[in-house]
Amino acid sequence: MAYHVYYEDVELGQEVPAFVRETDFMNWNRYAAVNEEFVYIHMDDEAGKAAGQGAAFGMGNLRWAYVLNALRAWIGDEAEVRELSLQFRAVNHKHDVLRTSAVVTEKKRENGENLVVLEVNVLNQKDEKTAPGRAVVALPSRG
Amino acid sequence: MPEAETLVTPEMEQRQGVWGSERVSYPVSESDIRKWAIAVYWGETPPRLYWDAEYARSTRWGGIIAPQDFNPFAWAVPMGEVRPAGAVPGQQTRRGGNVMNGGQADTYGVPMRPGDVITGRSRLSRWEERQGRNGLTLFTYTETEWRNQDGELVKTRISTGIRY
Repeated sequence: MAYHVYYEDVELGQEVPAFVRETDFMNWNRYAAVNEEFVYIHMDDEAGKAAGQGAAFGMGNLRWAYVLNALRAWIGDEAEVRELSLQFRAVNHKHDVLRTSAVVTEKKRENGENLVVLEVNVLNQKDEKTAPGRAVVALPSRG
Repeated sequence: MPEAETLVTPEMEQRQGVWGSERVSYPVSESDIRKWAIAVYWGETPPRLYWDAEYARSTRWGGIIAPQDFNPFAWAVPMGEVRPAGAVPGQQTRRGGNVMNGGQADTYGVPMRPGDVITGRSRLSRWEERQGRNGLTLFTYTETEWRNQDGELVKTRISTGIRY
């Protein structure tokens, strides 16, 4: 189905189903390959250590993709993600289990569009918040 | 090594607020989009919208579109200066030589599609320095704009770069 959720059915405080991944070099190397992002800190534990991060760590942009994936799965193929912002506050290491969170904080109709604002983040298996941010999606109306 | 008083360079001062030269992507291909989707969904089959032309035609988009994080500028030639960004194994990192992605804020316009040629430009908007857990840390804010071959806005981004 092209639309999964309608504006009228969204409630404040509603949580979007999480996108969950245990990440390691299988994910990072594939992302490096498509984004041409071959950076030592994402490839080599010594470089990650030299950078003060303990070991090699995953790309912030891959966590960014995971948030978009979660939003896309929730809204369906034909609705639109209009805005996304994240601050990469903490890194993720090999075998961390990342899960996205997205909670509806506001609904508004602007310029004929039905917009839903969400507080988003990417958490690890210790429930540490690694990437706080905000998203805006445009949804269809039943009206 | 003495503590650097600032990581701001004269070159940054010169570039502030000035749009850099435009970059033009190679035409986006279905294969580029499919591989990107596989990479960012690794562990499950990506949504059909990103690889199944027949399904994608049935949607309001009328064909395959790219995931919104898709980067059409990867793998360009001629290659720029080959210099690793950030820490290098076995080498002492100079102060300010560590580079991290601090985050970004995107606003999306039209989706990218197979055949699109994307033109991008960026400018350094501002910066701030403060003491962080890794010592003196420079946060730079860069504004980027992407348009397609019809001049339609694909994306604007404010990205935060971190140096320490």
